[in-house]
Amino acid sequence: MKNRWQILSLAIALNAATSLNACASDSLKNAVREIKPDADNAGLTLPAGFGALKVAENTGRARHIAVTAQGDIYLKLMRVNKGAGIVRLRDKDGDGKTEENTGFGNYGGTGIVIKDNYLYASSDADVYRYKLNDKGEVINPDQPEKIITGLINRGMHESKSIALDNKGNIYVNIGAYSNACQEVDRTIGSKGQMPCPILDSAGGIWQFRADKLNQGYAQGVRYATGLRNVVGLDWNQQLDQLFVMQHGRDQLSYLYPDMFTEKQSAELPAECLYALKQNDDAGWPYIYYDQLQQKKILAPEYGGDGKKEGGSKAINPTMAFPGHLAPNGLLFYTGNQFPSKYKNGAFIAFHGSWNRSPLPQEGYYVVFVPYENGKPTGKWEVFANGFAGVETVNSTRQAQHRPCGLAQGPDGSLYVTDDVKGTIYRIIYNGK
Amino acid sequence: MSKELFTELSTMANKKKLFFGAGAAIIMLMTAFRAEPVQQPVAVKASAERGKQVYVKRCMACHQADGGGVPHLNAPLDGASAVTGKDKAKLIKIVLNGMTDRVEIDGEFYSNNMPGNKDLTDAEIADVLTYVRTGWSNKSSAVTVAEVKAVRTKK
Ligand code: HEC
Repeated sequence: MKNRWQILSLAIALNAATSLNACASDSLKNAVREIKPDADNAGLTLPAGFGALKVAENTGRARHIAVTAQGDIYLKLMRVNKGAGIVRLRDKDGDGKTEENTGFGNYGGTGIVIKDNYLYASSDADVYRYKLNDKGEVINPDQPEKIITGLINRGMHESKSIALDNKGNIYVNIGAYSNACQEVDRTIGSKGQMPCPILDSAGGIWQFRADKLNQGYAQGVRYATGLRNVVGLDWNQQLDQLFVMQHGRDQLSYLYPDMFTEKQSAELPAECLYALKQNDDAGWPYIYYDQLQQKKILAPEYGGDGKKEGGSKAINPTMAFPGHLAPNGLLFYTGNQFPSKYKNGAFIAFHGSWNRSPLPQEGYYVVFVPYENGKPTGKWEVFANGFAGVETVNSTRQAQHRPCGLAQGPDGSLYVTDDVKGTIYRIIYNGK
Repeated sequence: MSKELFTELSTMANKKKLFFGAGAAIIMLMTAFRAEPVQQPVAVKASAERGKQVYVKRCMACHQADGGGVPHLNAPLDGASAVTGKDKAKLIKIVLNGMTDRVEIDGEFYSNNMPGNKDLTDAEIADVLTYVRTGWSNKSSAVTVAEVKAVRTKK
C-alpha cells in the first residue's frame, strides 16, 4: 500500500505538481466528484446525500484542525507525538486520502487557525504564528513568532482555543481552572468564592493583536468574562462577530444531592452557544443556564436552590444544548458544496460527556444549527453520528472516537478530528 | 481481642453512619476478620459491597461505573498500577486529601481535580478502597479500617 502511494505520488509530483497547485481552485469542484466516500461512510451516519471518508488515521491526539486553500491539513495535537505537536497531512494524488504526514512544533495544545497567510497555533500557555508561502506551506517550522505568552495553565480547562477577526485581532479562550469557583474545587460543602478571583486571569476570552510579539496579560484585553471554559469558538464572517461554545459546570447532584436528582444533574446545566460583544459577561460561576426552565439560575455555591434566578446582567445564550455534551469545535459554514440550508449555519462537534453517570453518556456527534437571517431557527439536529462506534456509551472510555475539531476545506468539505485515535474524517455532499 | 482493636471498634460504633441496622455482633466479627493478617473472603466481599455504595455516591461521577475513568481527564482505577499495587497508604492518602498532582499515571496525564474525602469514616474509606482494589479486573487485597486509621492519624 505504502509503496503504491509512493510511486503514485512520485508520478504526480513529476507530472502534475505545478498544474495541480496552480489551478487548485478551478479543479476543486471536479476534484470533489472524484473523491469517494468510504463504503461504510467512515462508520458515520449522515443525512441523505452526504458521504464520509477517513482521510487519515492514527495521527495522534488531533484537537483542532485547519485546511489550506491548497487542501493541506494542519492538526494541533494535544500531546507531542514523535517529536511533533503540529502535523501536516497532504493528499498527493487527489483521492482524498492523505499519504504524506510531516510534523513540527515541539509543544502540545489545541488551537490552530489559518488567517491571511499565517498559521496560528497554541500551546496551553502561549500562542505562536508561522508564515505561510503562496502554496500554504509553513516557511520556517522551527522559528515561529511567539505572539502571546504566559497565559495561566493549571492543567485544568487548559486548552487555549483561538479565533481571528478581520481587523488583526486574535481571541484566546482562557478556561477557568475550577468547576464552580468553590473555595476547594469539586468538594462537597465548599462555598463559592465571592468575588471569584479566577475571573481576573481566566474564565473568559482575551483579545490580543495578531501581529505583535510576546504579549502577556498586560497587553491583552479581557474581551468577555464569566465563561467557564470554551473549547469551540469561531469568528462568524456574515455577522462579523465572535461566537463561543461554553462547557457548562459539572456535578450538581454530586455536590448537592438534596437539591438535584441524578437525572437533573445529567441534563443540567445547558451547554451554551453565545454571540459575544466586548465586555459581555456570561455569568459563570454565579449562575448557570437551565435550558428546561429557560432561565439563568443562581448557582448552589452562591445560595441557589435550582430555582432562584440570578445574573440579571449576564447575557443569554443564543442556543442552549443538553448538559455535559462537551462542545469542542464550532464552525460557521460558508462553503458552496453543501445544500443551501447549511450556508451560514453552525456545526458543533460534541466531544461527548462523562458527567452523566449513572445515566448513559451522550454526545460524541456533530450537530448542525440552521441559521436564517443571522439568527438560529431554534432547532438543531444531529448531523454526523457514530463516532463512538457503540450503540450506548456508559463509560466514556467505550467511545472509540470522539469528535473535537472542525474545519472547512477549500471545496466546502467538512473536516472533523478525533482526539482518541487521531482519525481525520472528511464529510462531502454527493447528492443531487 | 486486642486493646487496639477494641478502641477501633468503639470509634466506629460512635460513627453510626455506616452501622445502622446491622447487628453489633456481625460488625465485630467482620472487623475482627479485617484486622487479621489473612483476609477472609466473606468479610472482604461484604466490605466491597458496602464500598460500592460509597463509590456510586462519591467516585463514580468521575471514575465511571466500570472504573475506566475518562481519557486525559479522570484517571482510571480499573487496571491502574498504583490502585492494584502494594502501597495502600498512598491510596488512602489520595482518597482522604484528593489529588491535583498532574503526574504521569501509567503513561498518561489527567486534568481534573479530585476532591478530598475527609468527611468519610475510616470504615467507608476502607470499604471503598476494598471495592476499588477487588472490583472490575482488579484482584488485589482489601484495605482495612486499621490501615485507614493509621494514615489518618499520622498527620
Ligand atoms: C471530581 C472527579 C473525581 C472524583 C469525584 C474522584 N476522583 Fe479519584 N481521581 C480524579 C482525578 C482527576 C485523578 C488524577 C489526578 C491527577 O492526576 O492529578 C484521580 C486519581 C485517583 C486515584 C489515583 C489513581 C492512580 O492510578 O494513581 C485514586 C486511587 C482515586 N482517584 C480514587 C478515588 C476514589 C476512591 C474516589 C471516591 C471516594 C474518587 N477517586 C473520587 C478524579 C476524581
